Amino acid sequence: MEWEVVIGLEIHAQLATRSKIFSGASTAYGAEPNTQACAVDLGLPGVLPVLNEKVVELAARFGLATHSTVARRSVFARKNYFYPDLPKGYQISQFELPIVHDGYIDIDLDDDTTRRIGITRAHLEEDAGKSLHEDFHGATGIDLNRAGTPLLEIVSEPDMRSAKEAVAYMKKIHALVRYLEICDGNMQEGSFRCDANVSVRPKGQEEFGTRTEIKNINSFRFVERAINYEVERQIDVLEAGGEIVQETRLYDADRDETRSMRSKEEANDYRYFPDPDLLPVILDDDFIEAVRKTLPELPDAKRERFMTQYSLSHRDAVILTGSREMASYFELVVEASGGEGRLAANWVTGELSGLLNREGIEIDESPVSAEHLGGLLKRIADNTISGKIAKQVFEAMCRGEGDADTVIEQKGLKQITDSGAIEKLVREVLDNNPKQVEQYRGGQEKLLGFFVGQVMKATQGKANPGEVNKILKRLLSGD
Amino acid sequence: MHQKSLSELAAGLRAGEFTSEALTRHFLDRIERFDGELNSVVTVTADAALEAAREADRRIAAGDAGPLTGIPFLHKDIFCTDGVRTSCGSRMLDNFEAPYDATVTEKLRQAGAVMLGKTNMDEFAMGSSNETSFYGPVKNPWDTGRVPGGSSGGSAAAVAARLAPLATGTDTGGSIRQPAALCGITGIKPTYGRVSRYGMIAFASSLDQGGPFATSAADAALLLEAMSGFDPRDSTSIDRPVEDYSAALEQDLDGLVIGLPKEFFDDGLDARVRAVIDAAIEEYRRLGATVKEISLPNSGLSVPVYYVVAPAECSSNLSRMDGVRFGHRCEDPKDLDDLYTRSRGEGFGAEVKRRIMIGTYALSAGYYDAYYLKAQQIRRLIRDDFVKAFEEVDVIMGPTSPTTAFRLGEKSDDPVTMYLSDIYTIAVNLAGLPGMSIPAGLVDGLPVGLQLIGDYFAEGRLLNIAHQYQKVTDWHTRCPAGYE
Repeated sequence: MEWEVVIGLEIHAQLATRSKIFSGASTAYGAEPNTQACAVDLGLPGVLPVLNEKVVELAARFGLATHSTVARRSVFARKNYFYPDLPKGYQISQFELPIVHDGYIDIDLDDDTTRRIGITRAHLEEDAGKSLHEDFHGATGIDLNRAGTPLLEIVSEPDMRSAKEAVAYMKKIHALVRYLEICDGNMQEGSFRCDANVSVRPKGQEEFGTRTEIKNINSFRFVERAINYEVERQIDVLEAGGEIVQETRLYDADRDETRSMRSKEEANDYRYFPDPDLLPVILDDDFIEAVRKTLPELPDAKRERFMTQYSLSHRDAVILTGSREMASYFELVVEASGGEGRLAANWVTGELSGLLNREGIEIDESPVSAEHLGGLLKRIADNTISGKIAKQVFEAMCRGEGDADTVIEQKGLKQITDSGAIEKLVREVLDNNPKQVEQYRGGQEKLLGFFVGQVMKATQGKANPGEVNKILKRLLSGD
Repeated sequence: MHQKSLSELAAGLRAGEFTSEALTRHFLDRIERFDGELNSVVTVTADAALEAAREADRRIAAGDAGPLTGIPFLHKDIFCTDGVRTSCGSRMLDNFEAPYDATVTEKLRQAGAVMLGKTNMDEFAMGSSNETSFYGPVKNPWDTGRVPGGSSGGSAAAVAARLAPLATGTDTGGSIRQPAALCGITGIKPTYGRVSRYGMIAFASSLDQGGPFATSAADAALLLEAMSGFDPRDSTSIDRPVEDYSAALEQDLDGLVIGLPKEFFDDGLDARVRAVIDAAIEEYRRLGATVKEISLPNSGLSVPVYYVVAPAECSSNLSRMDGVRFGHRCEDPKDLDDLYTRSRGEGFGAEVKRRIMIGTYALSAGYYDAYYLKAQQIRRLIRDDFVKAFEEVDVIMGPTSPTTAFRLGEKSDDPVTMYLSDIYTIAVNLAGLPGMSIPAGLVDGLPVGLQLIGDYFAEGRLLNIAHQYQKVTDWHTRCPAGYE
């Protein structure tokens, strides 16, 4: 039987505020346990939450950037359950009336097509603390530094049909929240993580299959692997005549498998009800318009602009707008190169991306600055060096040997463009290879490449290839 | 000294007739002498009180005194006090010392008021008789075989016995007005949002409101003014200037229109209590008021609505009492579930458990719409009844409680009968309106309270109406025998 995979994601993006969602305590990462938890975060008797207004603005930015409705009225609700790292015995979240709902984003697939993924809702909530099970023999340590950290939970429609689509969606949301500067996107620190709802159904069937939820996945790679594992597991179960149990599962990256955490029967009844300590959030058009004015150019608009302004392919434009840092790096390179858009695209998606991948670093950690790379491209464009020599220069720049002009100067890599000098060299090559000259003239024109190679070898690649070709052809044609 | 009004005490302090330290000692002595029997105070902070009194004396000498500077008061043990245990009448918080002051605590400290100690109360303010306290019941000074009302029974009994000139209370369903009535003193629950709830341990967040107890409206006005005001730490606090309540007291009552809801004068009302209320209304007519019968058609649903909304909120509010970070923790928990169930099982009393269970049930999936949501809808109708009534009348009057103080143990085994003792007060909380109780007479030597209900933010008007009555009557000056 052919199966269709159905995936929906719930992404938790930590909002980039300095203080917590309902208290003035700092949200900075990495402090000593319980040093960033005030009376409100500790849930002491008598304390009350006060909404950090910044989170409303950040959530509204997300809503506006995803074609969503930013609710004029949204309500905080209590999600009640007991856990030691949940100080109040309830989490303040939004339930019936979220701040953002009914939007979409378009994701870019490998075959250069796009696919629209619905965003059901995005709601504000507070994070819980952390339970530390190691280092405390027979006991559990509780760190409440994270308690009260603002989160935006972004819930998609079950619109994705493969793990690859899920990853593309997650990457797109990741890029978007960073473009919007509402989340730092740091996945190691847990600032951006997701739960995946996965089910399968026979192809052509309308009705969804029973789904499982894989909790707390914190990397793109793990999302893909966890979903693929889960899809295979579900298909195996179904094909063996079994049934899928609706349950929460945990992805174990070390073993590359998902494991059952709790089934629906043991699931909590969260007893949601509106939090009487907080007023409904009421937004007016003026507020929403003011937020709209602060939006930066968004990835899709930027991609379209790159395609027209720099004559880029769709694929290159997608890659170059994949993150705000990448896009701005690219545009700085173009500027420094004197407007060489396509050349810049080739280099940024080619040499530079290769380098970053090899080194496992991000673009903002690139050893070659955008200005230096642009300077190099400028020298390719004005024929000071050839593309081949440029790679040598690039490598030298990686090693920190200065900008392109310095490297070219110091290493004497400047292209030989003087046609007199080149002609002299060509004649020498022809004189030294009479046999090949004869063969060429006898019709073996592919030997041209051999002559070019000889000239290049003699000049350590510095001869202008166009000029070399032109002169070779002239001399070989029997002048 | 304990029979003086606040203005007399303040004048005496300023004139140097006595010091705050002497005044404080006087009341501490009275607590020492009388409270063994009354059990109205759970924590006496004598040393801190004397220190605060000396500081107040310095302020008075320096001419930097407000109306409450140097005046002793008792604080309901629901308001957090930095460094002094805040038990909320529960074993659960028997060991809890808040590391911070409630906003009300802070305001009274800044005003220079001298805290003598913390008063007994029903556990987590859940009760109408002060019998659910972990620290034992409070006795009514008018008859120590009877209850003082609740949940602020300790504060009411203490002021009635003149153990302090002032006390704080909180009112979720009548917890200031009912004990004020049963103890023969003056108490006012302001409009929801007038007094900050920050640091006031939550019972039912959408209903809880702090307020003062005093013997007279004039004294209550001074304490209410000090307690009130916008607090950015409480999102439900209302950003609106506080009136000068004292300045409004002397307005005459010519043309005042009093509404008498027929639902408050039904069969459930004790006939002799009714006679006292009728006499008080007559007094108001003599003061120039006219009387109009009104109807609050949905007020009969107040008790059932309240016993869905309040337990629902409390079931969530009390979840933080889990034995993990503070409060009672059971011995040697086997595992997490054991820690929770035994800590909470041992820490909470029967009434609190009953309400947590009712509330948990009401919020459960499948019941939420039928109970909580329905209750909130009816709550709105109850509020609308009042809004409509205030288009026709200036103040609504009626009994505070259907009976005078009942005997200790009389209703403690029958929760529903106990709940019905708040039948006239609860609608006011559901609507968020200000309500007040003033002494209006005695039946068999036990006080009867007249309830005054005002429109939103009409605290000043209520105090004025009460004060005008107290100028021509002396019920508020009556002191229970043995405490003169």
